[in-house]
This record gives sequence, C-alpha cells and structure tokens, in this order.
Amino acid sequence: MGEVQKYININPAELLNHVADYSAQGYRLVQIGCTMKGDRYELNYSFDKDYGFVNLRFDIAQDYEVASISPIYFCAFLYENEIHELFGVMIKNIVVDYKGSFYRVKGTAPFRKSPAPENEPGGEA
Amino acid sequence: MSGRTIIPFGPQHPVLPEPLHFDFVTEDERIVEAIPSIGYVHRGLELLVDKKDYIEFVYVAERICGICSFMHGMTYCLAIEEIMKLDVPPRAQYLRVIWSELSRMHSHLMWLGFAADAFGFESLFMHSWRMREHVLDIIEATTGGRVIFGSCKVGGTRRDIENSVLRGIVDKLEQMKDELKSVTDVFLKDYSIEHRLRGTGVITREGAHKLGAVGPMLRASGIESDTRRTGYAAYNHLEFAPVVEQDGDCYARCAVRVREIFQSIELIRQASLKIPDGAVEMKVAGVPDGEYFMRVEQPRGEVVYYIKANGTKNIERFRVRTPTFANIPAMVTTMKGSHMADIPNIILTIDPCISCTER
Repeated sequence: MGEVQKYININPAELLNHVADYSAQGYRLVQIGCTMKGDRYELNYSFDKDYGFVNLRFDIAQDYEVASISPIYFCAFLYENEIHELFGVMIKNIVVDYKGSFYRVKGTAPFRKSPAPENEPGGEA
Repeated sequence: MSGRTIIPFGPQHPVLPEPLHFDFVTEDERIVEAIPSIGYVHRGLELLVDKKDYIEFVYVAERICGICSFMHGMTYCLAIEEIMKLDVPPRAQYLRVIWSELSRMHSHLMWLGFAADAFGFESLFMHSWRMREHVLDIIEATTGGRVIFGSCKVGGTRRDIENSVLRGIVDKLEQMKDELKSVTDVFLKDYSIEHRLRGTGVITREGAHKLGAVGPMLRASGIESDTRRTGYAAYNHLEFAPVVEQDGDCYARCAVRVREIFQSIELIRQASLKIPDGAVEMKVAGVPDGEYFMRVEQPRGEVVYYIKANGTKNIERFRVRTPTFANIPAMVTTMKGSHMADIPNIILTIDPCISCTER
C-alpha cells in the first residue's frame, strides 16, 4: 500500500498562520490544487518533509478572496496564478501576479464548472 | 550604472526543444530579472476525465509526455489502485520498476545529448543519443513501442518479460557500462565542459528547498530527496540511496543525471534478480471512490497526481503537478546574476519538459 498521507481541514482565514508554521518546520511546498465542489472551490495545499505528506484543505465560496502564500513560499506564485486562471479563484497579494495571462487560455476560467460570481471582473455571470 | 534592457527569449529559440518564454531584464550582459511565461501549448488534458472512463484514461495519462510516458501511465494506475485498494501482483510491480528505470536511462541520455548540443559539442550529442538508442531498442523489444509503451494498466501490466529475456537485458546493460562511462566521463572531465558548467546557475541547498525544487535540481544542491524512497511499485524491495551532489551548479546537476544512469542499471539488475514468478495483472471490478495524491520520481523529479473519484466510471478531478512546473521558480532564481551566454545551459540543466507542464 502507498504512503500515509495526512489531510487537515482548516479555516481559510487561518491559512497564512498554518503555512508559516509549516515553513518554519522546514516543510517543502509540493503543490496547490483546486477542485470544484458543487459551486464552491476546494483548495489543497500539500507539503512534504522527510517523505511525510501533509495536505491542508478548505473550501470557499467563489467570491471569497484567498490570501496568497507566495510571501512565505515564493514558488507558490505559479500555483496561485494557475488556479486563478483555470478556475477563477480570487487570490490577493501574489508576489508575481500575471493577472490572467499565465496560460494564455481563451475565455475565462475554463476549468470552472459553474457560473462565475457576478462581482468577478470579466466573469461570465 | 549602465541602463537596463529587456531581452525576449523564446518561445522559439535554437536551444529550446519546446516553447517557453522569458523576459530577461539585463544590465549589459548580466541578468537582473527573469520573468518566465508558459502557456503556448496548454492542452487541458486534465478535463478529459469527463469524456474517458477511468480504465481508458490511462491512455491519456501516458500521452502527457513523450519522454516519461510510461511513468505518467504508471502514476495514474498506482493512484487508482490505491483508491480501489487493489493488491496488484508483485511481478507487475517489478516490471513497472524495470520499465521506469529504462525510461529514466533514455531520458537522461537524451538530456545529455541536448546539453552537449547546447554547449556546441556535436559529436558528444551524437554519442549520447547513440547510447540512448540501445535503451530504446530494449524498450521496443519488451513493449513494442519506443515512445508510448502502452504496457501499464489499472491492476497490473499488459505484458510480461520472460526471465530469460530479463537476464539478456541485464547482460546488455552491463556490457553498455564501459561505453557509457567513456561517454559520460567526457561530460564530467572535459576541461571546456567543466569550464562552462562549474559555478554556473548556482542554487543553494536552502534556496532549492525553499523554492520547491525537485529531482536532480534538488539533489544537486545537497538534499537527499528521492520519491522512490516512499516505496511505490517494488522500490521498497530494492536497495539504493539517492544520488546527491553538493555544489548546486550546472555541473552538479549534470553529474547527478550521469550517476543516476548507472544507478538505473543497478536497480534493473536487482529487480531482475528479485522478480517473482506469477501473474502480471488482476481482474479489476467496480469503480473508484475516494481520493489520493500519488507521487512518483520521474527523470525530472517528483510528479504528483491528484485523483478524486466519486464512485462513477468517470473520475471527478484529475490534476498533475509536473516536475518542470515545480522547478521553474528555482530555475528563474539561478538565472539572476548570470551572464546571458550561460542561459542556455541553465535552462537545460533543469531538463525542462514543457509538454508535461502544459498537460
């Protein structure tokens, strides 16, 4: 059987505290991913230390603005630009913000399976 | 202080096998800032899970990349098998190791050729690719394909390799060692190559870790991290230690790959000795319901497959984080302060695979 993986549900408002804690403990950021959960986003932040895999998880409404973790883990800027562009997740304070020109995809948020919130700039709703 | 100039680099450039773009902010010949840009060939393959059932989707996963195609298919199968709690026959797991290591060998030899080409050593490029052909011949003889193996399936493998053929493969690889050494020694001992690679594109141990680097990029900076140590497939039955170098420069990344070629031969030898007899596939019934993050060590580093299934024949979410994607921040960091002339070597020493990244 495969490796043991830990999933931890967190409050999105406490994301930066958790991430800062993992950074201080020496964890490597493995990935940030987004999954549609009905009309909400489920975000997964994965970390690794000594082959121990930990996954922070929360779900948010489409009009919720998530804090960027790129000031803590610089490499997060790629993942955050990706999920912003493919899903339309709103993320504030990304250290390198491509503002929707990362993948050069046609249209807005092609991976989003439900209409965009009305207050999203350039949204489909 | 001299003025700053922005130099566009790519997406079409002689040194780039695939489209990738950078805006380099330079002061004279020195890079001050490097801004990467991808997305020229983004295919949206992740969304195809809506159209292909979970058994068929292995064909899509395998086509994410033409170099580590087998490992993509295998990672997908391992994730599904983990969700479905399938007890895959041990022989199939050993065969997966053997094909994975052959993939690593041909990928690294291909990379050595590209690297030689980048610093203008054409005959070395040809020798590297000539050696790679021997590995591709083995792959073709055992799978019928050179690029797409089509050998991995959910529940095992589609093909077996007879024990006598396995012994022949090990013998052939052992015979290749001397010639491989004479070719790879040029990479590690030639004065002009060393002059180009030593001290170029340096990333520290702390930097590589903090920037989320993976694979040879991480190990060349002194960090002993190799996802094979998690023990997937049959790696938990094999003895090996991650190949590590300390200097974090282009030369160290080259040295890691060179040593990993020989490590792959040793792993194939061990696997051929330990592989048990028996079936190579099991009957798979039902549909997956659950989620898993599967991690596998590809030639370029750790790939992560996230699969979320909901008890139907179609997977709900399929996501791939490729090693090249993870290595972009570290690559950009190594470029700062470098000379423009060193950029081709720096880009190549992360062994970028844009096809994977633009899955």
